[in-house]
Amino acid sequence: MSSDVSPVNSTNAPAESEESLPGAAENGPSGELPEAAYLLGLADDAMVYAQRLSEWMTNAPQIEEDMALGNIALDLLGQARALYPYIGSIDGTGRGEDDYAMLRDERDWRNVHLVEQERGDFADEMARLLWFSAYQVELHTALTGSSDDVVAGVAGKALKEVRYHLDHASLWVVRLGDGTEESHRRMQAALERVLPHLAELFDDDEASVTAAGLGVGVLPSSLHDAVVGRVRRVTDEATLTLPEASSWRSRGGRAGIHSRPMGYLLAEMQHIARSHPGATW
Amino acid sequence: MYGNDVIDPNVPLNAAETAAYDEAAAHVEGRAVGEASAEGFDALIAADQRIEPRDAMPDKYRETLIRQIAQHAHSEIIGMQPEGNWITRAPSLRRKAILIAKVQDEAGHGLYLYSAAETLGVDRAELLDRLHDGKQKYSSIFNYPTLTWADNGAIGWLVDGAAIMNQVPLCRCSYGPYARAMIRVCKEESFHQRQGFEILWTLMRGTEAQRAMAQDAANRWWWPALAMFGPPDTGEAAKGGGHTEQSMAWGIKRFANDDLRQKFVDMMVPQADKLGIVLPDPDLRWNEERGHYDFGDIDWGEFWRVLRGDGPCNAERIEHRRSAHAEGAWVREAATAYAAKQASRRQESAA
Ligand SMILES: [Fe+2]
Ligand SMILES: [Fe+2]
Repeated sequence: MSSDVSPVNSTNAPAESEESLPGAAENGPSGELPEAAYLLGLADDAMVYAQRLSEWMTNAPQIEEDMALGNIALDLLGQARALYPYIGSIDGTGRGEDDYAMLRDERDWRNVHLVEQERGDFADEMARLLWFSAYQVELHTALTGSSDDVVAGVAGKALKEVRYHLDHASLWVVRLGDGTEESHRRMQAALERVLPHLAELFDDDEASVTAAGLGVGVLPSSLHDAVVGRVRRVTDEATLTLPEASSWRSRGGRAGIHSRPMGYLLAEMQHIARSHPGATW
Repeated sequence: MYGNDVIDPNVPLNAAETAAYDEAAAHVEGRAVGEASAEGFDALIAADQRIEPRDAMPDKYRETLIRQIAQHAHSEIIGMQPEGNWITRAPSLRRKAILIAKVQDEAGHGLYLYSAAETLGVDRAELLDRLHDGKQKYSSIFNYPTLTWADNGAIGWLVDGAAIMNQVPLCRCSYGPYARAMIRVCKEESFHQRQGFEILWTLMRGTEAQRAMAQDAANRWWWPALAMFGPPDTGEAAKGGGHTEQSMAWGIKRFANDDLRQKFVDMMVPQADKLGIVLPDPDLRWNEERGHYDFGDIDWGEFWRVLRGDGPCNAERIEHRRSAHAEGAWVREAATAYAAKQASRRQESAA
């Protein structure tokens, strides 16, 4: 496998993926400032993944892992909570964290499909965490140089956290890959299953192009090679094979087009808050 | 009636915020840990000194402690479920973060306690098997369901509150590792109790539906919380209780169940008033003569029934634990296999 071959389907061209979604550009969550839309993508990724990871608590293979996954969920939740009120201040709506988390409908969420997928087995979670945390390490490393001080500050704090998440995922991928026959098989299968959901992380949509142009954000496609490099080092050590390509890839998360599990995730997360309009908790 | 509508952080809300905790925590620093004492077990107990893992101790003392610490550890682990059930539905992000942190703390408490039990010569895997096989118990309080968001408030306020009342005296337990674990655990439990109180406080100052939710949760959790102190020490209901006297003599137990229950009631009634919650007991009233609150009879029939397995969630709690454990078996096996490979690789490279 040559190192410049992407294991994720790199159809990064924004025009192509947007065109396949009729109306997404006009009717999606854009219409907001591109900078706000870009940051909302980052916040929603963290929020939705925190929600998924928190499902592991009481369900993990050992008690230490109930704690560790809870910890990672808490870090990601903290990243989302740091961004939402700031987004509310720059998009002119003045919305707070719970307005974003509890009162938006599915079409207004800008997270990638990767984070909304249902919890699979432990290998699935470690495959997702490995990719997502490797992506976040590169993302936040780049964002510490953001021209926006708030964004740079959030990234600086997040970077320490996501390095730990990456270490944690790496440790498990190596253990599972180089553990028993069964764990190797399951870990390899998980790497295949997560594959279609990776390309979205590296799509340059309109919001990210604008945010990167302003120096606030970073072009997602620019993170691709370094992320793949980080993941490949781990899978190599784990005696696993990084899959080459998949026959399909997810699209549209950043434009508010989500996969089936997203609606259920929101229904569960928002139900109590929405049943008591205007209440404080 | 209560002029200031705020929670005063300086007013103790639970036993870990009282002088009793400070005294117990100060008391535990006894002799150096790690080497066996030259004095015998009885002399150490008589001198109110801590017993440490290397000290000689009667088999019965060891068994009693293993049973009690394991049961306590299991309670922390099973106790993650009722509130864990609400993490994905917490109505605000702040509440979600607090709840995740709380459930995480309970997992941590379980781990300290399993470690304390391991100093007595058992291992965690074996203790977990006994929990999963129903051979060891956990606190029966966790066999009740969490039906609404307000249950998270009621659990923190009442269940963590009662647990702290039980555990503060254990900070002075004669067995050193258990006492030290309790000192750490009680501090964290104190936060748990406060956040529970705060959930209810907010609900009681919210909408009508929120107030009804809080009152309903208090109605359901009050009596099971009182039962957490165990059966009465005397009288008909005391039968089947068991180990109190010996545990007292060994310095494992310091107060009678009824005394702790009374202290708890005395502490909670004014807090309920402050919250605006009516406790579901028509016999609850201040007794000037005794200087305590009188309260009604606990339904010990229900207590024993739930303890024997016939409660609303007994089967569900154990099944949840068993299946998480079974589904994770291949992961734990992989970790063991990998560690073994690494060890032999190190050996090879050293050879
Ligand atoms: Fe606890
Ligand atoms: Fe607690």
